[in-house]
Amino acid sequence: MEYKLTYEQFQQGLERGELLGLKCNTCNSVTFPPMVRCRECNSTDLEVTQMSGKGTIRTFTVIRVAPEGMTPPYVVAMAETDEGAWVMGNLVGIDPDDAHMGLMGKKVSLGSHLVKGDTYSGGDSRVITFSLV
Amino acid sequence: MRQVAILGVAMTKFGVLEKTNLEMFAEAGLEAIALSNLEPKDMEALYFGNCLGDFEEGQMHMAPFAHAELGLPVGVPATRFESACATATVAIRHAALLVGSGVYDVVLAGGTERACAMGTPLATRTFAMGHHAQHESTAGLTFPGVFAMAAHIYSEKYKVPLKELKRNMAEVAVKNHFHGAMNPKAHFQKEIDVDTVLDGMMVADPLQLFDCCPFSDGAAAVVVAEAGKARDLVKKPVYIGGMGQASAGPLYLQKDLSRVMAREASIAQAYRESGLGPDDVDVVELHDCFTIAEILALESFGLYEFGKAYDAAAKRETYLGGRVVVNPSGGLKAKGHPIGATGAAQVTEIVEQLRGESGPRQVEGARVGLVDTLGGDFGTICNIVLRN
Repeated sequence: MEYKLTYEQFQQGLERGELLGLKCNTCNSVTFPPMVRCRECNSTDLEVTQMSGKGTIRTFTVIRVAPEGMTPPYVVAMAETDEGAWVMGNLVGIDPDDAHMGLMGKKVSLGSHLVKGDTYSGGDSRVITFSLV
Repeated sequence: MRQVAILGVAMTKFGVLEKTNLEMFAEAGLEAIALSNLEPKDMEALYFGNCLGDFEEGQMHMAPFAHAELGLPVGVPATRFESACATATVAIRHAALLVGSGVYDVVLAGGTERACAMGTPLATRTFAMGHHAQHESTAGLTFPGVFAMAAHIYSEKYKVPLKELKRNMAEVAVKNHFHGAMNPKAHFQKEIDVDTVLDGMMVADPLQLFDCCPFSDGAAAVVVAEAGKARDLVKKPVYIGGMGQASAGPLYLQKDLSRVMAREASIAQAYRESGLGPDDVDVVELHDCFTIAEILALESFGLYEFGKAYDAAAKRETYLGGRVVVNPSGGLKAKGHPIGATGAAQVTEIVEQLRGESGPRQVEGARVGLVDTLGGDFGTICNIVLRN
Protein backbone atom coordinates (compact mmCIF):
# COMPACT_ATOMS: atom_id res chain seq x y z
CA MET A 1 0.00 0.00 0.00
CA GLU A 2 1.59 3.26 -1.14
CA TYR A 3 1.35 6.54 0.75
CA LYS A 4 -0.51 9.23 -1.22
CA LEU A 5 1.34 11.88 0.80
CA THR A 6 4.51 10.95 2.66
CA TYR A 7 5.95 12.84 5.59
CA GLU A 8 8.67 14.17 3.29
CA GLN A 9 6.12 15.43 0.74
CA PHE A 10 4.08 16.97 3.59
CA GLN A 11 7.24 18.74 4.82
CA GLN A 12 8.08 19.98 1.30
CA GLY A 13 4.54 21.40 1.12
CA LEU A 14 5.05 23.28 4.38
CA GLU A 15 8.29 24.69 3.02
CA ARG A 16 6.38 26.05 0.00
CA GLY A 17 3.74 27.51 2.34
CA GLU A 18 1.17 24.81 1.50
CA LEU A 19 -0.77 22.83 4.11
CA LEU A 20 -1.37 19.49 2.44
CA GLY A 21 -3.94 17.05 3.77
CA LEU A 22 -5.76 14.00 2.42
CA LYS A 23 -9.42 13.97 1.47
CA CYS A 24 -11.17 10.61 1.76
CA ASN A 25 -13.18 9.57 -1.29
CA THR A 26 -15.20 7.15 0.85
CA CYS A 27 -16.35 9.31 3.80
CA ASN A 28 -15.20 12.83 2.81
CA SER A 29 -13.17 13.26 6.03
CA VAL A 30 -9.88 15.13 5.81
CA THR A 31 -6.81 13.51 7.35
CA PHE A 32 -4.14 15.96 8.50
CA PRO A 33 -1.25 15.47 9.11
CA PRO A 34 -1.04 12.65 6.53
CA MET A 35 -1.30 8.92 7.18
CA VAL A 36 -1.63 5.94 4.90
CA ARG A 37 -5.37 5.70 5.55
CA CYS A 38 -8.34 7.86 6.46
CA ARG A 39 -8.31 8.75 10.18
CA GLU A 40 -12.08 8.21 10.34
CA CYS A 41 -13.00 5.22 8.15
CA ASN A 42 -9.62 3.54 7.40
CA SER A 43 -10.18 3.84 3.65
CA THR A 44 -7.04 4.17 1.54
CA ASP A 45 -8.93 5.86 -1.30
CA LEU A 46 -7.48 9.29 -0.57
CA GLU A 47 -6.47 12.30 -2.59
CA VAL A 48 -4.17 15.19 -1.72
CA THR A 49 -6.03 18.37 -0.81
CA GLN A 50 -5.11 21.89 0.28
CA MET A 51 -6.20 22.71 3.80
CA SER A 52 -8.04 25.98 4.44
CA GLY A 53 -5.41 26.92 7.04
CA LYS A 54 -8.08 27.89 9.54
CA GLY A 55 -8.73 26.33 12.93
CA THR A 56 -9.73 26.69 16.58
CA ILE A 57 -7.54 26.29 19.68
CA ARG A 58 -8.74 23.26 21.67
CA THR A 59 -6.03 23.18 24.33
CA PHE A 60 -2.57 24.55 25.10
CA THR A 61 0.24 24.65 27.62
CA VAL A 62 3.30 26.80 28.23
CA ILE A 63 6.43 24.63 28.38
CA ARG A 64 8.73 26.05 31.07
CA VAL A 65 10.96 22.99 31.61
CA ALA A 66 12.04 21.98 28.12
CA PRO A 67 13.78 18.99 26.61
CA GLU A 68 17.51 19.38 26.00
CA GLY A 69 18.02 21.59 22.96
CA MET A 70 14.77 23.61 23.26
CA THR A 71 14.56 27.10 24.79
CA PRO A 72 11.58 27.71 27.09
CA PRO A 73 9.13 29.27 27.58
CA TYR A 74 7.05 28.50 24.48
CA VAL A 75 3.44 27.56 23.84
CA VAL A 76 2.41 24.11 22.60
CA ALA A 77 -1.20 23.84 21.50
CA MET A 78 -3.64 21.56 19.73
CA ALA A 79 -6.08 23.05 17.27
CA GLU A 80 -9.07 21.65 15.45
CA THR A 81 -8.85 22.53 11.77
CA ASP A 82 -11.99 23.75 10.01
CA GLU A 83 -11.81 20.40 8.15
CA GLY A 84 -12.21 18.54 11.48
CA ALA A 85 -8.74 17.06 11.99
CA TRP A 86 -6.82 18.08 15.11
CA VAL A 87 -3.13 18.93 14.95
CA MET A 88 -0.31 19.69 17.40
CA GLY A 89 1.82 22.78 16.97
CA ASN A 90 3.21 25.97 18.47
CA LEU A 91 1.08 29.02 19.20
CA VAL A 92 3.23 31.94 18.04
CA GLY A 93 2.98 35.70 18.12
CA ILE A 94 2.02 35.97 21.78
CA ASP A 95 4.04 36.34 24.97
CA PRO A 96 3.89 32.89 26.66
CA ASP A 97 3.15 34.66 29.95
CA ASP A 98 -0.06 35.96 28.37
CA ALA A 99 -1.29 32.44 27.55
CA HIS A 100 -4.36 31.70 29.70
CA MET A 101 -7.73 29.94 29.54
CA GLY A 102 -9.10 32.71 27.33
CA LEU A 103 -7.23 31.03 24.45
CA MET A 104 -9.59 28.05 24.51
CA GLY A 105 -11.85 28.22 21.47
CA LYS A 106 -9.96 31.11 19.84
CA LYS A 107 -9.74 31.15 16.02
CA VAL A 108 -6.27 30.73 14.55
CA SER A 109 -4.58 30.60 11.17
CA LEU A 110 -2.12 27.78 10.51
CA GLY A 111 1.40 28.06 9.17
CA SER A 112 4.73 26.45 9.95
CA HIS A 113 8.19 27.23 11.26
CA LEU A 114 11.54 25.53 11.09
CA VAL A 115 12.75 23.56 14.11
CA LYS A 116 16.38 22.46 14.20
CA GLY A 117 16.94 18.74 14.55
CA ASP A 118 19.08 17.29 17.34
CA THR A 119 21.33 14.25 17.68
CA TYR A 120 18.33 11.96 18.08
CA SER A 121 16.03 13.24 15.33
CA GLY A 122 16.12 12.82 11.58
CA GLY A 123 17.28 16.41 10.96
CA ASP A 124 15.49 19.75 10.74
CA SER A 125 11.72 19.79 10.34
CA ARG A 126 8.88 22.23 9.89
CA VAL A 127 6.34 22.36 12.72
CA ILE A 128 2.76 23.62 12.44
CA THR A 129 2.20 27.07 13.94
CA PHE A 130 -0.99 28.75 15.08
CA SER A 131 -1.49 32.52 14.99
CA LEU A 132 -4.47 34.23 16.60
CA VAL A 133 -6.74 35.92 14.05
CA MET B 1 -6.89 -20.38 30.46
CA ARG B 2 -5.35 -21.76 33.65
CA GLN B 3 -5.64 -19.72 36.82
CA VAL B 4 -2.56 -17.58 37.42
CA ALA B 5 -1.14 -16.31 40.71
CA ILE B 6 1.55 -13.94 41.91
CA LEU B 7 4.01 -15.42 44.41
CA GLY B 8 6.97 -13.40 45.67
CA VAL B 9 7.07 -9.66 45.02
CA ALA B 10 9.94 -7.26 45.69
CA MET B 11 11.12 -3.75 44.96
CA THR B 12 14.24 -1.77 45.75
CA LYS B 13 13.92 1.54 47.48
CA PHE B 14 12.98 4.14 44.86
CA GLY B 15 14.91 7.41 44.68
CA VAL B 16 18.32 8.59 43.54
CA LEU B 17 20.39 5.42 43.83
CA GLU B 18 24.07 4.73 43.31
CA LYS B 19 23.45 1.40 41.61
CA THR B 20 23.38 0.13 38.03
CA ASN B 21 20.20 -1.01 36.33
CA LEU B 22 21.37 -4.62 36.58
CA GLU B 23 22.27 -4.36 40.27
CA MET B 24 18.86 -2.92 41.11
CA PHE B 25 17.01 -5.52 39.07
CA ALA B 26 19.04 -8.43 40.48
CA GLU B 27 18.30 -7.29 44.05
CA ALA B 28 14.56 -7.15 43.40
CA GLY B 29 14.50 -10.30 41.26
CA LEU B 30 16.44 -12.49 43.69
CA GLU B 31 14.27 -11.31 46.60
CA ALA B 32 11.06 -12.06 44.66
CA ILE B 33 12.36 -15.55 43.78
CA ALA B 34 13.42 -16.25 47.39
CA LEU B 35 10.05 -15.07 48.74
CA SER B 36 8.42 -17.56 46.34
CA ASN B 37 10.44 -20.36 47.95
CA LEU B 38 12.07 -20.95 44.58
CA GLU B 39 15.53 -20.65 43.11
CA PRO B 40 16.70 -18.88 39.94
CA LYS B 41 17.01 -22.23 38.15
CA ASP B 42 13.24 -22.73 38.61
CA MET B 43 12.39 -19.73 36.39
CA GLU B 44 11.27 -20.71 32.89
CA ALA B 45 11.44 -17.23 31.35
CA LEU B 46 12.42 -13.66 32.24
CA TYR B 47 10.23 -10.79 31.04
CA PHE B 48 12.39 -7.80 31.67
CA GLY B 49 11.30 -4.17 31.49
CA ASN B 50 13.56 -1.23 30.75
CA CYS B 51 12.92 1.92 28.75
CA LEU B 52 15.96 4.13 28.49
CA GLY B 53 19.03 2.05 29.37
CA ASP B 54 20.55 3.16 26.07
CA PHE B 55 20.70 6.75 27.34
CA GLU B 56 21.18 6.03 31.06
CA GLU B 57 24.12 3.67 30.73
CA GLY B 58 24.77 3.23 27.01
CA GLN B 59 23.23 -0.22 27.40
CA MET B 60 20.73 -1.75 25.05
CA HIS B 61 19.73 -5.42 25.01
CA MET B 62 19.88 -5.51 28.80
CA ALA B 63 17.67 -8.58 29.29
CA PRO B 64 20.38 -11.24 28.74
CA PHE B 65 22.69 -9.41 31.14
CA ALA B 66 19.95 -9.36 33.77
CA HIS B 67 19.48 -13.07 33.09
CA ALA B 68 23.19 -13.68 33.77
CA GLU B 69 23.15 -11.47 36.88
CA LEU B 70 20.27 -13.57 38.28
CA GLY B 71 21.97 -16.83 37.37
CA LEU B 72 19.17 -18.18 35.19
CA PRO B 73 19.95 -21.27 33.07
CA VAL B 74 21.06 -20.61 29.47
CA GLY B 75 17.94 -22.37 28.14
CA VAL B 76 15.68 -19.81 29.86
CA PRO B 77 14.81 -16.97 27.43
CA ALA B 78 15.14 -13.35 28.59
CA THR B 79 13.17 -10.75 26.64
CA ARG B 80 13.04 -6.98 26.98
CA PHE B 81 9.71 -5.18 27.10
CA GLU B 82 9.29 -1.47 26.38
CA SER B 83 5.89 0.23 26.65
CA ALA B 84 7.10 3.56 28.05
CA CYS B 85 5.84 4.00 31.62
CA ALA B 86 3.60 0.91 31.34
CA THR B 87 6.59 -1.33 30.57
CA ALA B 88 6.62 -3.61 33.62
CA THR B 89 2.84 -4.05 33.75
CA VAL B 90 2.87 -5.15 30.13
CA ALA B 91 5.74 -7.57 30.91
CA ILE B 92 3.77 -9.04 33.83
CA ARG B 93 0.61 -9.31 31.72
CA HIS B 94 2.48 -11.26 29.04
CA ALA B 95 4.05 -13.50 31.67
CA ALA B 96 0.55 -14.19 33.00
CA LEU B 97 -0.80 -14.86 29.50
CA LEU B 98 1.88 -17.48 28.81
CA VAL B 99 1.47 -19.10 32.24
CA GLY B 100 -2.30 -19.05 31.77
CA SER B 101 -2.00 -20.68 28.37
CA GLY B 102 0.25 -23.44 29.69
CA VAL B 103 3.48 -22.53 27.90
CA TYR B 104 5.28 -21.89 31.19
CA ASP B 105 4.56 -22.63 34.86
CA VAL B 106 6.83 -20.01 36.46
CA VAL B 107 8.05 -16.69 35.00
CA LEU B 108 9.96 -13.80 36.56
CA ALA B 109 8.73 -10.39 35.35
CA GLY B 110 9.46 -6.80 36.26
CA GLY B 111 11.68 -3.92 35.33
CA THR B 112 14.41 -1.47 36.20
CA GLU B 113 15.19 2.17 35.42
CA ARG B 114 17.98 4.58 36.28
CA ALA B 115 16.45 7.82 35.07
CA CYS B 116 18.34 10.11 37.46
CA ALA B 117 21.65 9.26 35.79
CA MET B 118 20.56 11.35 32.79
CA GLY B 119 19.91 14.69 34.54
CA THR B 120 16.73 16.68 33.93
CA PRO B 121 17.39 18.15 30.41
CA LEU B 122 18.40 14.81 28.83
CA ALA B 123 15.76 12.91 30.82
CA THR B 124 13.10 15.36 29.59
CA ARG B 125 14.38 14.89 26.02
CA THR B 126 14.43 11.08 26.19
CA PHE B 127 11.02 10.86 27.87
CA ALA B 128 9.74 13.11 25.05
CA MET B 129 10.77 10.32 22.67
CA GLY B 130 7.50 8.76 23.80
CA HIS B 131 5.63 11.38 21.75
CA HIS B 132 5.06 11.02 18.01
CA ALA B 133 8.52 11.90 16.69
CA GLN B 134 7.37 13.64 13.49
CA HIS B 135 4.15 15.39 14.47
CA GLU B 136 4.31 15.99 18.25
CA SER B 137 7.76 16.05 19.84
CA THR B 138 9.15 18.51 17.27
CA ALA B 139 6.81 21.15 18.73
CA GLY B 140 8.78 20.82 21.99
CA LEU B 141 6.08 18.83 23.75
CA THR B 142 6.93 17.25 27.11
CA PHE B 143 5.02 14.80 29.32
CA PRO B 144 4.05 17.47 31.84
CA GLY B 145 2.84 19.38 28.75
CA VAL B 146 0.53 16.55 27.70
CA PHE B 147 -1.18 16.39 31.08
CA ALA B 148 -1.22 20.17 31.31
CA MET B 149 -3.21 20.23 28.07
CA ALA B 150 -5.52 17.57 29.51
CA ALA B 151 -6.07 19.73 32.62
CA HIS B 152 -7.07 22.71 30.47
CA ILE B 153 -9.55 20.58 28.52
CA TYR B 154 -10.96 19.18 31.79
CA SER B 155 -11.45 22.66 33.23
CA GLU B 156 -13.16 23.90 30.06
CA LYS B 157 -15.30 20.82 29.43
CA TYR B 158 -16.64 20.32 32.95
CA LYS B 159 -16.82 24.04 33.80
CA VAL B 160 -14.51 23.66 36.79
CA PRO B 161 -12.65 27.01 37.01
CA LEU B 162 -8.91 26.42 36.59
CA LYS B 163 -8.12 27.86 40.03
CA GLU B 164 -10.56 25.44 41.67
CA LEU B 165 -9.26 22.52 39.60
CA LYS B 166 -5.66 23.34 40.55
CA ARG B 167 -6.50 23.46 44.27
CA ASN B 168 -8.14 20.05 43.96
CA MET B 169 -5.23 18.69 41.94
CA ALA B 170 -2.95 19.88 44.75
CA GLU B 171 -5.07 17.80 47.15
CA VAL B 172 -4.15 14.70 45.10
CA ALA B 173 -0.46 15.44 45.65
CA VAL B 174 -1.06 16.08 49.36
CA LYS B 175 -2.82 12.71 49.69
CA ASN B 176 -0.15 10.75 47.84
CA HIS B 177 2.62 12.36 49.88
CA PHE B 178 0.64 11.54 53.04
CA HIS B 179 0.57 7.89 51.97
CA GLY B 180 4.19 7.95 50.79
CA ALA B 181 5.34 9.19 54.18
CA MET B 182 4.35 5.74 55.51
CA ASN B 183 6.29 3.85 52.83
CA PRO B 184 9.96 3.22 53.67
CA LYS B 185 10.66 2.40 50.00
CA ALA B 186 9.23 5.70 48.70
CA HIS B 187 11.37 8.31 46.92
CA PHE B 188 9.73 11.06 49.03
CA GLN B 189 8.69 10.16 52.56
CA LYS B 190 7.52 13.61 53.48
CA GLU B 191 4.09 15.16 53.92
CA ILE B 192 3.28 18.35 52.05
CA ASP B 193 0.34 20.77 52.10
CA VAL B 194 -1.67 22.48 49.38
CA ASP B 195 0.54 25.57 49.55
CA THR B 196 3.63 23.44 48.84
CA VAL B 197 2.04 22.57 45.50
CA LEU B 198 0.60 25.99 44.68
CA ASP B 199 3.86 27.78 45.56
CA GLY B 200 5.99 25.49 43.38
CA MET B 201 7.71 26.47 40.17
CA MET B 202 5.63 26.23 37.01
CA VAL B 203 6.66 23.27 34.83
CA ALA B 204 3.99 23.30 32.10
CA ASP B 205 1.04 25.63 32.72
CA PRO B 206 -1.04 24.82 34.75
CA LEU B 207 1.14 22.04 36.26
CA GLN B 208 3.59 23.07 38.98
CA LEU B 209 6.51 21.06 40.33
CA PHE B 210 4.49 19.17 42.95
CA ASP B 211 1.81 18.28 40.40
CA CYS B 212 4.53 16.14 38.78
CA CYS B 213 6.08 12.83 39.80
CA PRO B 214 9.88 12.76 39.98
CA PHE B 215 12.47 11.07 37.81
CA SER B 216 13.54 8.07 39.92
CA ASP B 217 15.87 5.10 40.00
CA GLY B 218 14.63 1.69 41.10
CA ALA B 219 13.62 -1.83 40.20
CA ALA B 220 10.80 -4.24 41.03
CA ALA B 221 10.07 -7.85 40.16
CA VAL B 222 7.35 -10.43 40.71
CA VAL B 223 7.10 -14.20 40.24
CA VAL B 224 4.11 -15.27 38.14
CA ALA B 225 3.04 -18.92 38.42
CA GLU B 226 0.26 -21.38 37.73
CA ALA B 227 -2.17 -21.25 40.67
CA GLY B 228 -1.86 -24.87 41.78
CA LYS B 229 1.91 -24.64 41.90
CA ALA B 230 1.58 -21.32 43.72
CA ARG B 231 -0.55 -22.88 46.46
CA ASP B 232 2.13 -25.55 47.01
CA LEU B 233 4.84 -22.93 47.41
CA VAL B 234 3.47 -20.01 49.41
CA LYS B 235 0.88 -19.46 52.12
CA LYS B 236 -0.93 -16.54 50.51
CA PRO B 237 -0.85 -16.54 46.73
CA VAL B 238 -2.69 -13.61 45.21
CA TYR B 239 -4.65 -14.42 42.06
CA ILE B 240 -4.93 -12.54 38.81
CA GLY B 241 -8.66 -12.00 38.39
CA GLY B 242 -8.51 -10.30 35.02
CA MET B 243 -6.30 -8.17 32.82
CA GLY B 244 -6.66 -5.60 30.09
CA GLN B 245 -4.38 -3.80 27.70
CA ALA B 246 -5.25 -1.30 24.99
CA SER B 247 -3.50 1.08 22.60
CA ALA B 248 -4.15 4.50 21.11
CA GLY B 249 -2.21 6.67 18.69
CA PRO B 250 -0.97 10.26 18.73
CA LEU B 251 -2.78 12.89 20.76
CA TYR B 252 -4.10 14.73 17.70
CA LEU B 253 -6.05 11.59 16.82
CA GLN B 254 -7.26 11.10 20.41
CA LYS B 255 -8.49 14.71 20.58
CA ASP B 256 -10.44 15.00 23.88
CA LEU B 257 -7.67 14.40 26.42
CA SER B 258 -10.12 14.36 29.33
CA ARG B 259 -11.09 10.85 28.18
CA VAL B 260 -8.31 8.25 28.03
CA MET B 261 -9.82 5.98 25.39
CA ALA B 262 -7.23 3.21 25.78
CA ARG B 263 -7.96 3.08 29.51
CA GLU B 264 -11.68 2.77 28.95
CA ALA B 265 -11.05 -0.19 26.63
CA SER B 266 -8.45 -1.79 28.90
CA ILE B 267 -10.45 -1.55 32.12
CA ALA B 268 -13.52 -2.97 30.35
CA GLN B 269 -11.46 -6.05 29.43
CA ALA B 270 -10.15 -6.41 32.99
CA TYR B 271 -13.60 -6.08 34.56
CA ARG B 272 -15.12 -8.52 32.07
CA GLU B 273 -12.39 -11.13 32.56
CA SER B 274 -12.54 -10.86 36.36
CA GLY B 275 -16.32 -10.71 36.60
CA LEU B 276 -15.80 -7.74 38.90
CA GLY B 277 -16.64 -4.06 38.63
CA PRO B 278 -15.77 -0.73 40.20
CA ASP B 279 -17.93 -1.43 43.26
CA ASP B 280 -15.77 -4.47 44.11
CA VAL B 281 -12.46 -2.61 44.17
CA ASP B 282 -10.99 -1.97 47.65
CA VAL B 283 -7.60 -0.56 46.75
CA VAL B 284 -6.07 0.95 43.62
CA GLU B 285 -2.54 1.65 42.50
CA LEU B 286 -3.02 3.95 39.53
CA HIS B 287 -0.83 6.00 37.24
CA ASP B 288 -0.60 9.41 38.96
CA CYS B 289 2.37 10.65 36.93
CA PHE B 290 0.69 14.06 37.32
CA THR B 291 -2.07 15.08 39.70
CA ILE B 292 -4.63 15.48 36.91
CA ALA B 293 -3.80 11.94 35.75
CA GLU B 294 -5.24 10.44 38.96
CA ILE B 295 -8.50 12.34 38.41
CA LEU B 296 -8.81 11.12 34.80
CA ALA B 297 -8.09 7.52 35.83
CA LEU B 298 -10.74 7.42 38.58
CA GLU B 299 -13.33 8.47 36.02
CA SER B 300 -12.19 5.89 33.45
CA PHE B 301 -12.56 3.14 36.06
CA GLY B 302 -16.20 4.01 36.67
CA LEU B 303 -15.37 4.83 40.30
CA TYR B 304 -16.62 8.35 39.57
CA GLU B 305 -18.75 9.85 36.84
CA PHE B 306 -16.92 11.84 34.18
CA GLY B 307 -16.23 15.33 35.46
CA LYS B 308 -16.81 14.33 39.09
CA ALA B 309 -13.53 12.87 40.40
CA TYR B 310 -11.64 16.16 40.66
CA ASP B 311 -12.48 16.69 44.34
CA ALA B 312 -12.24 13.03 45.47
CA ALA B 313 -8.97 13.62 47.36
CA ALA B 314 -10.17 16.91 48.84
CA LYS B 315 -13.18 15.01 50.24
CA ARG B 316 -10.75 12.35 51.54
CA GLU B 317 -12.67 9.61 49.71
CA THR B 318 -9.43 8.26 48.20
CA TYR B 319 -7.37 8.39 51.41
CA LEU B 320 -6.58 5.41 53.63
CA GLY B 321 -9.89 4.75 55.34
CA GLY B 322 -11.83 6.32 52.46
CA ARG B 323 -14.41 4.66 50.24
CA VAL B 324 -11.74 3.42 47.80
CA VAL B 325 -8.08 3.79 48.76
CA VAL B 326 -6.03 5.18 45.89
CA ASN B 327 -2.25 4.92 45.79
CA PRO B 328 -1.57 3.82 49.38
CA SER B 329 2.10 3.34 48.35
CA GLY B 330 2.35 7.07 47.71
CA GLY B 331 1.80 6.51 44.00
CA LEU B 332 4.18 7.65 41.32
CA LYS B 333 4.00 11.10 42.92
CA ALA B 334 5.65 10.19 46.23
CA LYS B 335 6.86 6.60 45.86
CA GLY B 336 8.65 7.66 42.69
CA HIS B 337 8.56 6.67 39.04
CA PRO B 338 11.46 4.65 37.63
CA ILE B 339 9.49 4.14 34.46
CA GLY B 340 10.59 0.62 33.52
CA ALA B 341 9.93 -0.62 37.08
CA THR B 342 6.75 1.25 37.98
CA GLY B 343 4.17 -1.38 37.02
CA ALA B 344 5.94 -4.11 38.96
CA ALA B 345 6.08 -1.86 42.02
CA GLN B 346 2.33 -1.23 41.69
CA VAL B 347 1.70 -4.99 41.55
CA THR B 348 4.04 -5.40 44.55
CA GLU B 349 2.00 -2.90 46.59
CA ILE B 350 -1.36 -4.46 45.70
CA VAL B 351 -0.13 -8.01 46.40
CA GLU B 352 1.20 -6.95 49.81
CA GLN B 353 -2.05 -5.10 50.54
CA LEU B 354 -4.11 -8.20 49.70
CA ARG B 355 -1.85 -10.30 51.93
CA GLY B 356 -2.27 -7.81 54.79
CA GLU B 357 1.46 -7.03 54.88
CA SER B 358 1.40 -3.26 54.37
CA GLY B 359 1.93 -2.13 57.96
CA PRO B 360 0.79 1.41 58.78
CA ARG B 361 -0.68 1.94 55.30
CA GLN B 362 -2.64 -1.34 55.27
CA VAL B 363 -6.12 -1.07 53.72
CA GLU B 364 -8.21 -3.02 56.23
CA GLY B 365 -9.95 -6.04 54.76
CA ALA B 366 -8.72 -5.45 51.21
CA ARG B 367 -9.79 -8.33 48.98
CA VAL B 368 -9.73 -6.86 45.46
CA GLY B 369 -7.06 -4.54 44.12
CA LEU B 370 -6.60 -2.79 40.79
CA VAL B 371 -3.33 -1.97 39.04
CA ASP B 372 -3.35 0.73 36.36
CA THR B 373 -0.36 1.82 34.33
CA LEU B 374 -0.25 4.32 31.49
CA GLY B 375 2.48 4.48 28.87
CA GLY B 376 3.28 7.37 26.57
CA ASP B 377 0.70 9.84 25.29
CA PHE B 378 -2.18 7.74 26.67
CA GLY B 379 -0.88 5.29 24.04
CA THR B 380 -0.66 2.18 26.21
CA ILE B 381 -2.83 1.30 29.18
CA CYS B 382 -2.46 -1.96 31.07
CA ASN B 383 -4.74 -3.01 33.93
CA ILE B 384 -4.51 -5.99 36.25
CA VAL B 385 -7.24 -6.93 38.75
CA LEU B 386 -5.80 -8.90 41.67
CA ARG B 387 -7.78 -10.80 44.32
CA ASN B 388 -7.32 -13.06 47.29
